[in-house]
Amino acid sequence: MDGIKDKVAIVGMGCTRFGERWDKGVEDLIVEAAYEAFEDAGIEPKDIQAAWIGTVFSGLSAITLSPLQLQYIPITRVENMCATGSEALRAASYAVAAGVCDVALAVGVEKLKDSGATGVKGPSIVGDNQDGSSGIGPSYSAPASFAYLATRYFHDYNIKPEEGKRLLAQITVKNHHNGSLNPKAHFQNELTIEQVVNAPIIAWPLGLFDCCGVSDGASVAVVTRADMAKNFRDDPIYIKSMQVNVGARQGAMLQDYDFVHIEENVLGSRKAYEEAGIKDPRKELSCAEVHDCFSIHEMIVYEDLGFSPRGRAREDIEAGIFTLEGELPVNTDGGLKCFGHPLGASGLRMMYEVYKQLQGKAGPRQVKNPRLGLTHNLGGNAGTGICSCLIVGNEK
Amino acid sequence: MKRKENGAMVGITSIGVYLPVYRLNREEISRMWAGRSIGGAKAVAGYDEDTVTMAVAAALDCLGRGGGKADGLSLATTTAPYKEKQSAAIVAAAADLADECHTADFTNSLRASTIAVKAAVDAVKAGSAKSVIVTAADCRPAAAKGTLEQTLGDGAASVMIGSEKVIAEVEGSYSVFNDFTDFWRAQEDTYLRSAEGRFIDEAGYLPTMQSAISGLLKNYRLAAADFSKIVYYASDARQHAGLARRMKFDKAQVQAPLYSEIGNTGTAAALLMLAAALEKAKAGDRILLAGYGDGCDAFLLRVTDEIEKFQKKPVISDKLAGRIAVSYGEYATWRNLVAVEASTLPERPLLSLPGRWRERRAINALYGAKCNKCGTPQISQIGQTPRVCVNCQARDNFEPYKFSDKKATLFSYAIDQLMPTLNPPGVNGVIDFEGGGRLICELTDCNVDEVAVGMKLEMTFRKMFYSRGVHNYFWKAKPVE
Repeated sequence: MDGIKDKVAIVGMGCTRFGERWDKGVEDLIVEAAYEAFEDAGIEPKDIQAAWIGTVFSGLSAITLSPLQLQYIPITRVENMCATGSEALRAASYAVAAGVCDVALAVGVEKLKDSGATGVKGPSIVGDNQDGSSGIGPSYSAPASFAYLATRYFHDYNIKPEEGKRLLAQITVKNHHNGSLNPKAHFQNELTIEQVVNAPIIAWPLGLFDCCGVSDGASVAVVTRADMAKNFRDDPIYIKSMQVNVGARQGAMLQDYDFVHIEENVLGSRKAYEEAGIKDPRKELSCAEVHDCFSIHEMIVYEDLGFSPRGRAREDIEAGIFTLEGELPVNTDGGLKCFGHPLGASGLRMMYEVYKQLQGKAGPRQVKNPRLGLTHNLGGNAGTGICSCLIVGNEK
Repeated sequence: MKRKENGAMVGITSIGVYLPVYRLNREEISRMWAGRSIGGAKAVAGYDEDTVTMAVAAALDCLGRGGGKADGLSLATTTAPYKEKQSAAIVAAAADLADECHTADFTNSLRASTIAVKAAVDAVKAGSAKSVIVTAADCRPAAAKGTLEQTLGDGAASVMIGSEKVIAEVEGSYSVFNDFTDFWRAQEDTYLRSAEGRFIDEAGYLPTMQSAISGLLKNYRLAAADFSKIVYYASDARQHAGLARRMKFDKAQVQAPLYSEIGNTGTAAALLMLAAALEKAKAGDRILLAGYGDGCDAFLLRVTDEIEKFQKKPVISDKLAGRIAVSYGEYATWRNLVAVEASTLPERPLLSLPGRWRERRAINALYGAKCNKCGTPQISQIGQTPRVCVNCQARDNFEPYKFSDKKATLFSYAIDQLMPTLNPPGVNGVIDFEGGGRLICELTDCNVDEVAVGMKLEMTFRKMFYSRGVHNYFWKAKPVE
């Protein structure tokens, strides 16, 4: 088993502006992101030999991709909750690595705002019945399921809720600062700590600004064989690892799970580092796009992914380690916090940022001397998650 | 009524009650309508409670206090959730009674509870049942601004009728029927209707009660003075006092009707009063019990030596005060008296009846499974029966394991503003059961300010939602009383 490292490269990417795109349909978002990617890769749509479309709610089957008119080629829809976009990229990359095609397309799209609801609709908000069960079970919102982490983290580390809320607010303020520098972000405004801690409560202890936005968006990648990558461009981005780690409700059913870490994050990232040959992620990674669906989760991710020692994320947050100027900038584009979370699009949107950073094209958000970057998603929630961890680099 | 052929004593072997924790102060009602308050408070079923859930809680309380296993269960109510479909079966399933348990609904009359008691006594005497649990619950709908809005309360009581360890023998009974229209609700009606008060008392209630009680006394050659306590239904405190005056009962004999604390709880009322009487009764006491509605059933009870053991913990006195005061707005919303703005959240997906049927063990009595290989109790929040052990991955090697009777501790929680509930904010969390097993579930009957990690919890059967004419019940956690 020799893994995916350096077998596949990303040679083109596109990403729509994320936001409340009332006047754009799924078809518009797909076309907007895909044609940016085609242009970036210097290819025509007819050059695509196979495609994967990731969406959770915005279309069934491969036919969702029909607006691109990629006629008579193999296309598959993939879905893996919040990791859906990353799954589309993983499928396309694996196909290229397997040698069954040379140029493949990964598309992620979601139009959440068409639901007419505020917040991510999904199994956990209105009874957990999208898994073949009757649907009688408990109702709890997605923010609530992440509030369990905050409640327990504050409890175990003896942090008063008011203190804890200020700590988490620093993550939100950082992400909003980064988002303010990004014309594609849904929210491009700065926030203050006071604004964050005084916002209305959504699921105690999490307030409005601890929760990511809800948006429409699409993002697209063109992948090819690493040995062909330079035919497309001088600065391809090479895939170093692609890991997915999935729980089976262990944390929701067994008492030994602590609700201050997420096992899927720990195991998924460890395997990703192994595949990529990374020993010290905090030192070796140049930037990371992690799943900040809720501020508490970004904090826990620092520890789960080995950026901070267990129980020490607080010190690193307070020392500014994860800001644009810090030792390991995290969510340089503004994260889910500023982009919102159109589920199918998010993983590829994260990759779009890392791709631009590694090419030195991230404008005012550019990190210094980029070499390796990571994207991370967590679908589901604490108790049972779907973690994806992808690592890419600008050298083979 | 006579003793069984073999001389075995038949009577009450256990009694249990359930009162919601919510109280609506009558001053709050009168303030709302700028009217007069009759004083005190009424017990109000929570937004997730109804006749069935209260009946389950009372039945479990009764079964938990003794009386052995029930081979019959009757539900007495005027407010069954279905016009067609038995409620007793839902209650028996939640109480985890055996499939062979004989279930029956006694309904349409306020007297349904005493009718059911008489049927249970007859069944045990006849030998067709060893013991029958009669559970009575009501949540009667009163229109806004009316007299009944102040007088009616919600609650449930259960009595076990059997012949072993009897705490109060049923020595005899006497019944009359009377086709009298005092309080009624036609199929087409949402709220109760009533006739004029003086007419009800003088032409209906007082003569009917007098006829049955006098008949009982005459039959058994007793006088009112022979009773330590006289327990009887009345629609309100004024009517209750009126009968005592008419019958010349001594004040000390008359069991307080609890109307000031909880209101008139319909079919449950007389049995709740009986619970209060038994809490204080002494061996040898005679108690007269009379239920009213389209006639009257009067019973002659004799308290036995078994009562002392039964009196070790309170049955009802510790529950009368309630724990959470509600506003008129909350009450009106819970009882659907006002149209509230629809949620902008997506609607709950439609329920699958086959799915619900497959998960019936988990839904009815919160059954999960215990692994025979590693001993881990486990339950999935979505009701699916485990096939492969979450701990040791052994396949299909489980025994059923009941969680509904286990205490639990709150491991983590959220105060959830987005959870769809008529009592916002929602509270939900991760609970760990004593003896193992974890569940993510909704919490109910919480004082939001008191929710904390480590809080002790117990499980309670509640209404989750109503969809396409189907009432859907499941278990939630609530603070240990």
